[in-house]
Amino acid sequence: MILYDYILSASCYKVRLMAALLSRPLQLKAVNFHPLKEHKSPEMLALNPAGTLPILVDGPLVLTDTAQMLRHLVSSQAADWQSDQDAQWLAFAQTLNDTLGAARLHDILSYDVDIEQARKDGVKQLRTLEEHLSEQRIDGLGFLTGDRPTVADIACFPNTALAPDGGISLDPYPSIRLWLRDIRALPGFIEMPGIHRLHELATPPGASL
Amino acid sequence: MRPEIENHWYPVAMCSGITTPRETLLLGKTITLGGQPGAFWVRDAAGNNLQVVERYGHLWTSPGQPERPLFTIPEAEEQGRRLVDCGSIKVRCSPLRAVENFLDIAHFPFIHTDILGAESHTEVERYDVKIREDENEVWATKVKFFQPQAAQSADGGITTDYMYRVAAPTVSVLYKTCPPRPGAWDVITLFVQPLTEEWCEVWPWMALYDDTTPMSDLVSFQQMIFMQDRSILENQIPVKLPLDPGMETPTQADLTSVAYRRWLKKIGYTYGAQVVAA
Repeated sequence: MILYDYILSASCYKVRLMAALLSRPLQLKAVNFHPLKEHKSPEMLALNPAGTLPILVDGPLVLTDTAQMLRHLVSSQAADWQSDQDAQWLAFAQTLNDTLGAARLHDILSYDVDIEQARKDGVKQLRTLEEHLSEQRIDGLGFLTGDRPTVADIACFPNTALAPDGGISLDPYPSIRLWLRDIRALPGFIEMPGIHRLHELATPPGASL
Repeated sequence: MRPEIENHWYPVAMCSGITTPRETLLLGKTITLGGQPGAFWVRDAAGNNLQVVERYGHLWTSPGQPERPLFTIPEAEEQGRRLVDCGSIKVRCSPLRAVENFLDIAHFPFIHTDILGAESHTEVERYDVKIREDENEVWATKVKFFQPQAAQSADGGITTDYMYRVAAPTVSVLYKTCPPRPGAWDVITLFVQPLTEEWCEVWPWMALYDDTTPMSDLVSFQQMIFMQDRSILENQIPVKLPLDPGMETPTQADLTSVAYRRWLKKIGYTYGAQVVAA
């Protein structure tokens, strides 16, 4: 499988992370999204007329929708990483991208965004997420749809974890922060710039486990 | 504003990225820039033309009267190097904090884990630091560090040699071991545009001996490294760089930072600096 990738994209990272958690190898092709806007080049538009990233190519299959890519990656996993409540959270992940993700692109790469509105809407989504995760926690469930992570968690994780990049603090949301931590502790977890690994859980140098 | 701050060269744009005229900030003041290669211009808010220089992929200007011409990087002019425009990233931090972070080696194992450093190799060996009075620059030499993946062109871990140079208050140039070409130095720069005292736009730029790595991979590698630093930079307290010892206690690994802060104090460069001991 080939992923047309941009290292700073939260959406590309969803696919890299899902594949890493499943130990599925991905061939990464770096696209110069910034500063060259290569995703709008004729070669890339031929592959994806919408001019967006990521693009996942698996044999004859070309996927340009991130939620579909996550579904595709877990389709061979029997019931693992899936839940009948995934659809609503994949849609929710899109709203996180449109709000928190937009604020981030504004703050980092100077994208033309109504930043006050993006932050206001982003905070609203974070409050919804916090409320849901708090209720899950009261029920003894650590993840969005139950006691184990699914594509729902992986879809919502990156833009939430990267909210501070767009000037939105995660300090007011304890349940979100515990959930982020649980995802960062998953076996096979990989980081992206702005999302650091859990150093304290790493194997100490020289230790044999 | 004081001449000690205005009389320096500042990067304000990547030459290849200038299309239509646009506004930006320099030292808290609005400037406008535009034009074409060979004829770029920068104007202040009153419409006065400021001095400009096009070099090292970027457009440089000064709101004052620089005492020296723009610094030079002779290595970057050598034939056969690939010049890499990396774009820019905005950071809510003091421009001086951004430069200081670039000069620091000790954070590599913790922030750039398994790339520029490894948690099993955290020691910073002693190196030389000097304020070169003639050039009015800060130089750190004989810097060595173990790196799992020093550059996009590096396979496996190597001990990398570094030299660090502060060529202007918001400009740092790094010279490092060039994996495909022993004996030569790769040049990686951090050009920092001070938007305000607590907000900057960072323009990394590279001049490398690397004929094989695709350009998008080179840019992606540099942006990855810089974005790993960004969240750290935005959370440093105090926000402005303290020039006097106080809250922050340096160790031997921080010799370059100590020299940088001393030099800023010596030349009276206080934009983005905290001058009262905390």
